[in-house]
Amino acid sequence: MSSALLSILPEVVLTVTGVLIMLADPFFAPKASKKALGWLAVLGTLGAAGATLLQLRTHQILLTFSGSIQMDTFSVFFHLLIASIVLLTLLVSLDYFKPGATSHSGEYFALVLFGAVGMMLMTCSVELLMVFIGLEISSISTYILAGYRKGQATASESSLKYFLLGSFATAFFLYGIALAFGATGTTSLNGIASGLSVTAFPTMAFLALAMMLVGLGFKVSAAPFHVWTPDVYQGAPAPVVGLMSTAPKAAVFAVLLRITATTYSSELLHARWVWLIGIIAVLSMTIGNLGALLQKDAKRMLAYSSIAHAGYLMVAYTALPADSIAAAAFYTAGYAAMNVGAFAVISQLGGYDEPLRTIDDYRGLAQKHPVLAAALAFFLLSLIGIPFTGGFFGKFYVFNAAIGAGHVWLAVLGLLNSGVACFYYLRLLTALYSRKLGEEGGEFEGSSPAAAIAIAGAVLATLLLGVLPGKVLGLAQRGATVQVSRNR
Amino acid sequence: MQIPYIWNYLPLALQILAALALAGGMVTASYILGKHRRTKVKLSTYECGMEPVGDARGRFTVRFYMVAMLFILFDVEAVFMLPWAVIYKQLPGITHSRFFGFNEMLVYIGFVAVGLFYVWKKGILNWAADKGDL
Amino acid sequence: MVPISYYLVLAAILFSLGIAAYLVKRNVITIFISIELMLNAVNLTFIAFAHQWNKLNGQIFVFFVMVVAAAEAAVGLAIIIALFRSRQTLNVDQVNLLKG
Repeated sequence: MSSALLSILPEVVLTVTGVLIMLADPFFAPKASKKALGWLAVLGTLGAAGATLLQLRTHQILLTFSGSIQMDTFSVFFHLLIASIVLLTLLVSLDYFKPGATSHSGEYFALVLFGAVGMMLMTCSVELLMVFIGLEISSISTYILAGYRKGQATASESSLKYFLLGSFATAFFLYGIALAFGATGTTSLNGIASGLSVTAFPTMAFLALAMMLVGLGFKVSAAPFHVWTPDVYQGAPAPVVGLMSTAPKAAVFAVLLRITATTYSSELLHARWVWLIGIIAVLSMTIGNLGALLQKDAKRMLAYSSIAHAGYLMVAYTALPADSIAAAAFYTAGYAAMNVGAFAVISQLGGYDEPLRTIDDYRGLAQKHPVLAAALAFFLLSLIGIPFTGGFFGKFYVFNAAIGAGHVWLAVLGLLNSGVACFYYLRLLTALYSRKLGEEGGEFEGSSPAAAIAIAGAVLATLLLGVLPGKVLGLAQRGATVQVSRNR
Repeated sequence: MQIPYIWNYLPLALQILAALALAGGMVTASYILGKHRRTKVKLSTYECGMEPVGDARGRFTVRFYMVAMLFILFDVEAVFMLPWAVIYKQLPGITHSRFFGFNEMLVYIGFVAVGLFYVWKKGILNWAADKGDL
Repeated sequence: MVPISYYLVLAAILFSLGIAAYLVKRNVITIFISIELMLNAVNLTFIAFAHQWNKLNGQIFVFFVMVVAAAEAAVGLAIIIALFRSRQTLNVDQVNLLKG
């Protein structure tokens, strides 16, 4: 097949599936269950994952569409990651919607798939225009998905807050692109990489990078741009939060990695960039952990924990090129597995109405649903960073990379924050296994098989990343070498 | 001798002054020369002889919003056809194929047509429907 | 000719006005208008730089920014309508169920 088609094959598969879902949706009766569309979406995602594996087998680097799409191991890694996250999310959300209560669940699947297209597009584009388009496709899909529980009063509020702050961030990101275009005369990342060292406007170039960091920092909920995260995660449906807290962040972290790669050509610019990232990383870790300590709502606590994890991840950006890319990519994979699993369990425990809100609501859950509680406990342990879980190796590689570049203080702060984080994760963990005082909780018909597969998949992924990280780490490192050798 | 560049804006300044003078003059003249009788009834809002009740803002059907939104989206879709149309004659030379540019635009319009089909089947284009709200 | 810096300063002022309006105003639709103002300031910056570097990249970018702004407008207004239906208010200060 032509190289142009091969380079965007996963996105094409997902787009065609999304379009098919949109075409089929009006032919269902308004109150009918749209699970068939969900299974079609799952099939499409499996097809996209297969297309990505096909790309992996090609063993070449393709630069197509006049230099705006680059298919290499780096993009393949993130495509596989995003495809797996979307697959798990779809499996969990198949039984989330009560048939008859919401008549709109057909578009839900199409929106998830289109969002996935945008995220994948972000990771394989080397032209800032395509990055912007992919960013907007994924953002707009998640704005709509965040407000999907139309019966609840908080749904439209969380969607509005996400939309307003997300558009604000997009405007900043665009202004950064405009200034970078002005400083170097091109919007291609390779062109910017070579142009930054010889630009006649170094201050404007730094301002451009800073504004791009502000815009992208909103999307990954790094402090001080994290304000939307707790509110939006609390109001959105749990499977959507599992998607929102992992996949777009993975894609934006990939974009940030490519942008970081453009700063390697200029020493001064790179030093300032590392300084900025270091500040943001420390702020995210601290604010995330301190905020989570004060939370009583479980989803808000997990939202603050995702802010802290964004902080740990950003520590990797300050390291040397090859180490930082591999460590950041691996950490993203591990973090995705943990978070999707945790939110999958939360969505299974409550269903559409989500009766379990505060941490006290989770008390004694282990007696009623031992398997689900054990899975959630496992994910919480991984979020802390206990050995033999994906979280441990993720943090290990990230802090190792930071120490390797000489930023020992960042690693020390990261470890201290991980220690502090134990407290709030263990609070939820002990609530699960403590005795329940008082009446029984809400009704629960039993976990759906699709969601059980998803949760099992997440557990398996976290365990594999913790016990045998070699394969995934090898893929990440191959991606890193490709990235580095191309930019030198 | 070179006229200073800013003097080119002199007619514009004069026009602004003339507009301000005319409008301001009419309002001021009416205030100074006219009789003022301010009774309570004369100062209240006029609603064709009836007693005005409530907020002046009425509620619109959401169908107006739907139509406006669809217009915006299809309008920007048409905007994308403009650069394609400008360069259409040179496309066979650039892409080394006689119909590639044409087929590409067909694919693009196909995607937009899928959107139109979806909107149509969902009943949003049905202006006269009697449903409560969409 | 008009120096490029005039356009850039104008765009920067528009962008700052957009940010100020975004932070200060209470009506949701006004906040949304300020976001559009920011995006248009970015458009102006792109055009100015495209003229300076004599490349069309900037102008093509403006096309895409306009299209994305239109799509975001459609989605944003739908979200505002959904908000109004459930909360009966357009005042951002009163949309505070998720405080904390």
